[in-house]
Amino acid sequence: MNEYNFAYLDEQTKRMIRRAILKGLAVPGYQVPFASREMPMPYGWGTGGVQVSAATLTPDDTFKVIDQGADDTTNAISIRKFFEKTAGVQVTEKTSDATVIQTRHRIPETELSEDQILVYQVPIPEPLRFLEPSEVETRKMHALEEYGLMHVKLYEDISRHGAIATSYAYPVKVEGRYVMDPSPIPKFDNPKMEMAAIQLFGAGREQRIYALPPFTKVVSLDFDDYPFEASKADHSCEICGASHTYLDEVIVDDDGNRIFVCSDTDYCATHASKPQEAAE
Amino acid sequence: MYVAVKGGEKAIDNAHKWLDEKRRGDLDVAELEVSQIREQLALGVNRVMAEGSLYDPDLAALAIKQSRGDLIEAIFLIRAYRTTLARFGNTLPIRTETMSCIRRISATFKDAPGGQILGPTFDYTHRLLDFKLAAEGETKHLAPANHELAGHLPHITSYLNKEDIIQTEPNTNEPPQDLTRQPLELPAGRDLRLQALTRGDEGFILGMAYSTQRGYGRNHPFVGELRVGDVVVEMEIPELGFSIEIGEIEVTECETVNQFTGSKTQAPQFTRGYGLVFGHSERKSIAMALLDRALRWQELGEDNVGVPAQDEEFVLYHSDNIQATGFLEHIKLPHYVDFQSELELIRKLRRDVQSNAHEVSEQ
Repeated sequence: MNEYNFAYLDEQTKRMIRRAILKGLAVPGYQVPFASREMPMPYGWGTGGVQVSAATLTPDDTFKVIDQGADDTTNAISIRKFFEKTAGVQVTEKTSDATVIQTRHRIPETELSEDQILVYQVPIPEPLRFLEPSEVETRKMHALEEYGLMHVKLYEDISRHGAIATSYAYPVKVEGRYVMDPSPIPKFDNPKMEMAAIQLFGAGREQRIYALPPFTKVVSLDFDDYPFEASKADHSCEICGASHTYLDEVIVDDDGNRIFVCSDTDYCATHASKPQEAAE
Repeated sequence: MYVAVKGGEKAIDNAHKWLDEKRRGDLDVAELEVSQIREQLALGVNRVMAEGSLYDPDLAALAIKQSRGDLIEAIFLIRAYRTTLARFGNTLPIRTETMSCIRRISATFKDAPGGQILGPTFDYTHRLLDFKLAAEGETKHLAPANHELAGHLPHITSYLNKEDIIQTEPNTNEPPQDLTRQPLELPAGRDLRLQALTRGDEGFILGMAYSTQRGYGRNHPFVGELRVGDVVVEMEIPELGFSIEIGEIEVTECETVNQFTGSKTQAPQFTRGYGLVFGHSERKSIAMALLDRALRWQELGEDNVGVPAQDEEFVLYHSDNIQATGFLEHIKLPHYVDFQSELELIRKLRRDVQSNAHEVSEQ
């Protein structure tokens, strides 16, 4: 596919995105505005992640894409094919073999290492958006570190439901400064965000990039008497037997019977062959 | 038994093949040529160029063919193609007063130098389905129309300028911002607003403009002038040191004359709204002018009455149909991880409530 530059975007655009990424890494959790481009997939389908990946990939990289933890969901396939075609990079489904992993809604179960980059697709980068619809206002709130509204919301959850009623896209505080949206990952994944790999977040439609350097302190918001809890279904994986992974609930027959299986397909496939290890 | 959801790749390939088949439709019916779309569905082509922000009738026609007539999908194809084009320079501002007009009307003056030119308009047609068009085709009935073009017609508002009864636009000579090359940051200048409006969704811009007419930020517009025609595009070539003509584009321009502002010390003046759109697109350019005017409340010293059409952030963040349709339709993508965590949460909350209720009833 020679009609397009390596990884689709032209070099000036990639440089502009890299600048935003570097700024994001320098100010962890801060949303850096960037001149997001139209991509050949729709906004809302991972254009932010795709642009970040395009600016990050080199010809030597090995690329993995997951959606809902799985490599074989349709949109993951579509994005993987896009980079196979436009960048000609190696692709893989194995988490440990990948150097760049683009994800939607999950963090892989396999621990990531310092020579890996995790790229998140972000729909709404602003953690305060549903409390305050105006971007002008929310940027002010971040600048002034004015996060009272968020705590009031969490408090109201507790007074109404007896628990914090946020189960995914659970807000975090980064290095004691910026409140950040971790993208719609289940809160089960939140504790994994203090990791060795670089984490980059791309929101195409909203024109924002933000980042977490390795081992950045990431704290899920909570209260002393209502501590954060990373929850999952109280079952084990039907296929590999893992008891410590995030599980999908699958309805298996007309009577509505269900089983639970790992949402991370690579992890599940790897450990199905070695069930003892997974059950540990 | 659980059947793993493998085979997504095959499913996608098959879906694409099926889509190709659907696009072609009945093989007994002749295939549409791109040139037929360009010539005979020109207003659709214009909309795709305007909202795709790329002036190329052939590509727009191809996009319409490829998208099965879904214009937003066609606009999307054009936008995605446009992204890959390197920018090698800027043209000089087009001079619409030099336009070769196929249409030029004013609703504020019965006559003006250059006259009213009706041009090819639906305005005074009776909207009766022409069954002859279906039965016999069109070629037989075509009687040649008078195609005289009028060039160098002065803008109607320039006559108001002379009397100083309309507010003049200051010429800043600053290079305009570029919505497609810089992230939108608010408050946006009028340059960015106008860019967003001209590429914004026609339906959205129309609805917002209509809302101002119905009282949500009324600004009493008159169509001072609406003109449609070709303008020359010039570009300065650094190696040459002067500008040369690189082509012509068709545009529609609308200037509205709106309610005046003024005070005890400042004599009242009319104000303006401005619309400029690629191709022949009257509805869009008039709507754009109304909305532009509504968004200028601050600059013109008006009150913010809290209506949507005055809210720059609301308008600019929601006018782009490619952003809107992408985000809207992405909810078709799998969300089962998030839904799973919601399932667990709601079950837990229900358990808590039920056990509380149980305790209460036992007491």
